[in-house]
Amino acid sequence: MPETTLLAAKTPATGVFAFTRPTSWQVIAILIALLVVIPVVVIFSAWGKSETDILRHMAEFVLPELLSNTFWLLLGVGLGVTFLGVSLAWLTAMCDFPGRGFFSWALLLPLAIPAYVLAFVVIGLLDFTGPLQTALREAFGPLKLPQIRSRGGVILVMSLALYPYVYLIARNAFMTQGRTALEAAQSLGVNRWQGFFRVALPMARPWIAAGVMLALMETLADFGTVAIFNYDTFTTAIYKAWFSLFSLSAASQLASILIVFVLVLVLAEQHSRSNMKYGTVGRSVSHRRIVLSRKQGWLAAIYTGGVFSIAFLIPMVQLLIWAFDAAATDLDARYWAFVRHSLWLSGLGAFIVTLLALLLGYAGRQQPGHSMLLIQRIATIGYAIPGAVLAVGIFIPVAWLDNQLIDWLKPHGWQGTALLKGTLLVMLLAYAVRFLAVGFGSVDAGLQRITRSIDEAARVMGSHTWSLLSRIHLPMLRASLFTAAALSFVDIMKEMPITLMTRPFGWDTLAVRVFEMTSEGEWERAALPSVAIVLAGLLPVIFLASRGDKQ
Amino acid sequence: MSDLKLVRISQSYGPRQIIDDLTFHLQEGHIGCLLGPSGCGKTTVLRCIAGFEPITAGHIEIGGDVVSSPARLTPPEKRQIGMVFQDYALFPHLNVAGNIAFGLGKHDASHKNQRVEELLSLTGLLDSASKFPHQLSGGQQQRVALARALAPKPHMLLMDEPFSNLDVELRERLSLEVRDILKREGMTALIVTHDQNEAFGIADIVGVMHQGAIQQWDTPYNLYHQPANRFVADFIGQGVFLPGMVMNNSMVEIELGVLHGMIPTDCDATGCDQCAHDCYVDVLIRPDDIVHDDESLLMAEVENKAFRGAEFLYTLKLPSGTRALSLVPSHHDHAIGERIGIKLAVDHVVAYRRLS
Repeated sequence: MPETTLLAAKTPATGVFAFTRPTSWQVIAILIALLVVIPVVVIFSAWGKSETDILRHMAEFVLPELLSNTFWLLLGVGLGVTFLGVSLAWLTAMCDFPGRGFFSWALLLPLAIPAYVLAFVVIGLLDFTGPLQTALREAFGPLKLPQIRSRGGVILVMSLALYPYVYLIARNAFMTQGRTALEAAQSLGVNRWQGFFRVALPMARPWIAAGVMLALMETLADFGTVAIFNYDTFTTAIYKAWFSLFSLSAASQLASILIVFVLVLVLAEQHSRSNMKYGTVGRSVSHRRIVLSRKQGWLAAIYTGGVFSIAFLIPMVQLLIWAFDAAATDLDARYWAFVRHSLWLSGLGAFIVTLLALLLGYAGRQQPGHSMLLIQRIATIGYAIPGAVLAVGIFIPVAWLDNQLIDWLKPHGWQGTALLKGTLLVMLLAYAVRFLAVGFGSVDAGLQRITRSIDEAARVMGSHTWSLLSRIHLPMLRASLFTAAALSFVDIMKEMPITLMTRPFGWDTLAVRVFEMTSEGEWERAALPSVAIVLAGLLPVIFLASRGDKQ
Repeated sequence: MSDLKLVRISQSYGPRQIIDDLTFHLQEGHIGCLLGPSGCGKTTVLRCIAGFEPITAGHIEIGGDVVSSPARLTPPEKRQIGMVFQDYALFPHLNVAGNIAFGLGKHDASHKNQRVEELLSLTGLLDSASKFPHQLSGGQQQRVALARALAPKPHMLLMDEPFSNLDVELRERLSLEVRDILKREGMTALIVTHDQNEAFGIADIVGVMHQGAIQQWDTPYNLYHQPANRFVADFIGQGVFLPGMVMNNSMVEIELGVLHGMIPTDCDATGCDQCAHDCYVDVLIRPDDIVHDDESLLMAEVENKAFRGAEFLYTLKLPSGTRALSLVPSHHDHAIGERIGIKLAVDHVVAYRRLS
């Protein structure tokens, strides 16, 4: 066919790898994407120069345990978040029971508590010396209770901390597409409970899968929780390789294995997202929620209330009690230094993230096309890469650059041994990579709302690139930029492994303080910095909840 | 197949009355249509019949069984009613065959396959059996929705604005096709629409709805030529009301002459004795009631014109200043402002008591 050959001949010129001269916007986007690509390449290239004895030691003693620990953790948390997230989403979206209105947004609140905070509170409460076991022993004598510091314990804590990812997205799916489809199923003789399994659940599958993948990415990226439980996974192993064995190449090799896990999850997530566009059915007409019987209603209320209490209410109360006790001694100048450092770093990081997100979004607008979409995708993939991996992947090239600079400067009389290594550069770059997706999401959504015809109207009236940006786009984007900054601010404040591994001397933050206190088992003293982190974390959750109400 | 009877049903959302004392009877094998402007409550009637909404008064019978009353509400899945939704509500995770088979509950596999096969061929979808909804065109999706609703052999079929998501051309072709399919299956069906062409094209009998009540339940021909009240006259077709005066029970005089025929639907005295000379009425004049005639002495000024292809729709200004519409074959092309000869060609007199 002549047409097909013509098409085939044309493809290389218009395809992704076209060798036309890139425009300046493409260059900017590619540079941003390189921030993600370089660390990944660096980590994989560590296989070239292996320190054989450390590697052999790891392969023999460490790797099998890491792999099995990671496998069971992913499986357990995957099942846990699916069950909690889907059941809670279905109940609050489709059924009526006492307290439904309150729980439908309150169930998002656990998002504000980082998993590592929930972890030490749960351990503090349920450990052998904790109040619950002590009370039980006093009442019933010596008992044999399951250990909280166990694989089951980690899975429980992570499931409780991460189920909102599934809950949020599944609830959205049920609310937008379950209704007409469920009615159609009913008109075909299927009752509503059967309809859940035959229609609503299979239809929501892409959403649920995407939510579970996100939760699993967080599981892989987690450092603080597993550190508190002494449950060795790749992130803790990377940390130990770097700071105990002083082997960056061992750390990189571990990181590269972790990245393979991550990439599988990313592909699975992208696949489910691509399935979503077929999943919507109809508009939501006026509808009634399923009216549960009295008994069913109370059971639903007890279940949702129970999850809410265990995941948020009880930990919060305990946290506040401990923080209050510790405040007497710990609320000193050092504490305020932690707060100051946290605010500074989060602010600076949020600014960089927002700026990069704006540039990347703007590049996509000025130079749309398949290649730009691909570049944007790569540039925002950092949300999936664990902080411990990024820390290693960015430290190595920066250290290399540092050495080059020093070699170059030495003949000119430079005396120092580090130029970039001791600065905030590594940490800020790692933050930018990890949280660019958060910022880009809201900036891009804002940009989408500015239609082509608005641009064209402004152009017709003589507004060009920069005046278009300052007079039309920035004012219209103000809310999105603020959202982007606020969300990344909070994420950076909660962030633990990057901060811990790459902070310059003297830059201890709240999260670092939590890590130090928990590694000594001082739950009360870890509570005080945690409260500040949780309070900051409440902001985006309230934002999410209010947006959910409007929909 | 069954007949459908709605007896004095009402429904309300809080203080707002959505359906108000509504009654009609759709006979077995007939295709009925509820026609009305948006917000008239027609979709709510459909949802009440399907069982998605309760009713507050009256009762609904399908094939002689009461399915809805204020006291009793048979759940939708027990009613054996097929329904085609406005947006089709196809299940995106199932292919065409899977969608059609969805309602075929406990039959064995071979029986199911046979029924699916039957419907695929009835709706001309044999080649698309294994495609997924997003791979189909709008018209095909519509036919899948119809096939899925018919598959379990329901007592009757409900269709909510079934053609509104399609473009105009496809809409006409498909409505004929659907009518054909329903008639072949002998299906009792009730359709809801706001488009009178669609209603007239597909239905045996049409109910015009306004403010939650049926204004007239009749054939399309009667709705146009013998509208039961002013709302129906206004809503169906085009036309204007011209002031007239009743002379006796078979004659009414308007500006353009004297009309003969059965008078006023709305002039309460049948004999019209007491209003013989001073009963003022409004007479409905359709565009086809005024004919262009160069010979005629009666003249009117062309105030506006709309080209319709085969004909012009002229807006005429009568000597008194009132306006009327006239359909004129399109080779009579007159300029705006020109005065042309017209005459009356009224078959049915439709008149209502003058609104004071």
